[in-house]
Amino acid sequence: MYRYDNHDQTLVDERVAQFRDQMRRYLEGKISEEEFLPIRVQNGLYVQRYAPMLRIAIPYGMLASYQLRKLGELAARYDRGYGHFTTRTNLQLNWPKLEDVPEMLAQLASVQMHSIQTSGNDIRNTTTDQFAGIAADEEVDPRPWCELIRQWSTFHPEFYYLPRKFKIAVTGAAEDRAAIQVHDIGLRLWRNDAGDVRVKVLVGGGLGRTPMIGETICEDLPWQHLLTYLEAVLRVYNQFGRRDNKFKARIKILTKALGIDEMRRRVEEEWAHLKDGAQTLNQQAIDDMAAHFVDPPRRKVDDAAIEAFEALRRDNRAFARFVTNNVTDHKVPGYKAVTLSLKRSGHSPGDVTSEQMAQIADLADEYSFGELRVTHEQNLVLSDVAVDRIEELWHKLEELRLANPTVGTLADLICCPGGDYCALANAKSIPVAQAIQERFDSLDFLYDLGPLDLNISGCMNACGHHHVGHIGILGVDKKGEEYYQISLGGSQGNESSLGKILGPSFFREDVPEVIDKVLQVYVGAREADETFIDTYRRIGLKPFKEHVYA
Amino acid sequence: MPEQTPQRPLIKERRLVEDAWVLQSDVDDEGANPVKPMTIVRLDVWLAAERRDDLAPWLPSDTQLDEDTVAALRDAPLIAIDFPKFTDGRGYSLARVLRERHGFKGEIRAVGDVLIDQLSYMARCGFDAFSLREDQVVEDALASLTVFSRHYQVSVDNPEPMFLRRQREARERQRETAVA
Repeated sequence: MYRYDNHDQTLVDERVAQFRDQMRRYLEGKISEEEFLPIRVQNGLYVQRYAPMLRIAIPYGMLASYQLRKLGELAARYDRGYGHFTTRTNLQLNWPKLEDVPEMLAQLASVQMHSIQTSGNDIRNTTTDQFAGIAADEEVDPRPWCELIRQWSTFHPEFYYLPRKFKIAVTGAAEDRAAIQVHDIGLRLWRNDAGDVRVKVLVGGGLGRTPMIGETICEDLPWQHLLTYLEAVLRVYNQFGRRDNKFKARIKILTKALGIDEMRRRVEEEWAHLKDGAQTLNQQAIDDMAAHFVDPPRRKVDDAAIEAFEALRRDNRAFARFVTNNVTDHKVPGYKAVTLSLKRSGHSPGDVTSEQMAQIADLADEYSFGELRVTHEQNLVLSDVAVDRIEELWHKLEELRLANPTVGTLADLICCPGGDYCALANAKSIPVAQAIQERFDSLDFLYDLGPLDLNISGCMNACGHHHVGHIGILGVDKKGEEYYQISLGGSQGNESSLGKILGPSFFREDVPEVIDKVLQVYVGAREADETFIDTYRRIGLKPFKEHVYA
Repeated sequence: MPEQTPQRPLIKERRLVEDAWVLQSDVDDEGANPVKPMTIVRLDVWLAAERRDDLAPWLPSDTQLDEDTVAALRDAPLIAIDFPKFTDGRGYSLARVLRERHGFKGEIRAVGDVLIDQLSYMARCGFDAFSLREDQVVEDALASLTVFSRHYQVSVDNPEPMFLRRQREARERQRETAVA
């Protein structure tokens, strides 16, 4: 876990002072609404449908127990006692008072947190693999690199008024759990034969109105040049990205318009001037960062304990279900990562109450060295749990209703706040999520379906990542009425793909029935253990379409 | 287009100063051969005119700094960069490239929609003069320039990235410990 030094702390404190003064001038009428907007959003403050909303950064999803406790306190004191974890691994508080926000930021700064650049046309919170540093398939731990990127991008003076927002994702594992192909920049850290870290750089991916898969702009960037190369890409984007139409302003549109080869040529031309400059990384810089992410003092778990865990898994069906879906293998034998599900029937996906935040923080202290991860699927992870304590943890999570053994299934759907909160939304998304969870609440059925990503967005900004859901649902507005468009075949990970629209959209109340029909086609057509996405790829859209619209 | 009115306060080197220059935002009939002294004219007009110490260019935000332009700009008494809207961030890159790549040492002045809350970023990118929009409060503008005491990344005002600063400070601490 990264700990602030005097420099980091001073910077966030100075930021709070700056925003306090800006808020004062705004409240005194010295800054117009229009001119205050970029200032407040660069501090995570939106003015939403019913109230302001504060988006708090959780850099690359890493969270300490004392920070989660503070978030719970803030939600209780300044909000209605709950918060919402987002697909960008941030936490949103939906009901703070505008004038309270500077004080909330001061309190966040007291636990080394902030809301800097969680919105605005700037470089946003960098995201990574929720199993960074513990994944068995990891080549390079992405966390030190993420922190270097966080520091480089924080208050970067040249890139505060980009054409549009800019999102970077990083992975260092064989399986891409960070969705790097659908980010403005995706970074894959790998090692060459000599063991040196290299970076594969993708550019121009993204969801939103015009979803695109990123293309490779550099296959094997030596690690020393990471920051200068990023700076070159950002400068080309800042200069040439479209500013006349906000829907065409992302770097994906520029990349598409220029073509990847011309984009690469321009970046390399720019980079030639920046390469080997002062921002070139040295080994000490990496070592200093890596020192923040050392392994916790894990103990040796003996073979008997591992065997007892496996035996329990064989004998206890409920425990087995929990382990199969919510427990992930760890690079260290005897340890596992445990995912706490923030999804259950009748509950807004990703929401956590203040009380739960305090309880989860206690569990993190007791079972996982005080560390947590936030996932872009809107769940929480305890990253270092010894196998001989998983049963005990499981019981406690059940009491807190956080043990829903459905991670990775249809019930673990991703959902944006939608029209219940968000000013941008065309349609509500949470009631759709809840209706689906209620209809498909049989665990046997969910397990029989296997891994299935269902993602819901309330508008084409695609915060719910509907394009990359195996089943995607998009809320649309037609003459003031809410409708829902279904797409199939999207996926994230190493073989990212964008879903194809099934056909005309549906009324909200019909959505669960439509999903049911889609699942019927899958169940009828699958071969052996074939997953939904594999069946879709084999048989295509047509059989689904025919059955749904029959 | 930058608006020219006499009331715009000019901040230079962190002080309120008298503005000796007049900004000519429109290209009028005499555009091709401006005669008025102490005028800042659009880049293309300036390029077409003879070099004079009392004639300076302002760069539209979409200016491409090609070789010929850069060569000509070396003789400019000052370079103004236009912010047609405060949200147009291209001027930040222009200033940095002029300073860092082309070593321009003269005044780089922000003109156009220049507001208090962007000044600190502009200053970091190499602007040293700010022609503030008329309604901006000068005291608040001056205060905004000293909000941050240190920086993570390299820019015109900071040649040492934070990761190198930390390494240097660690070495200094080691030396102090050794001496003690």
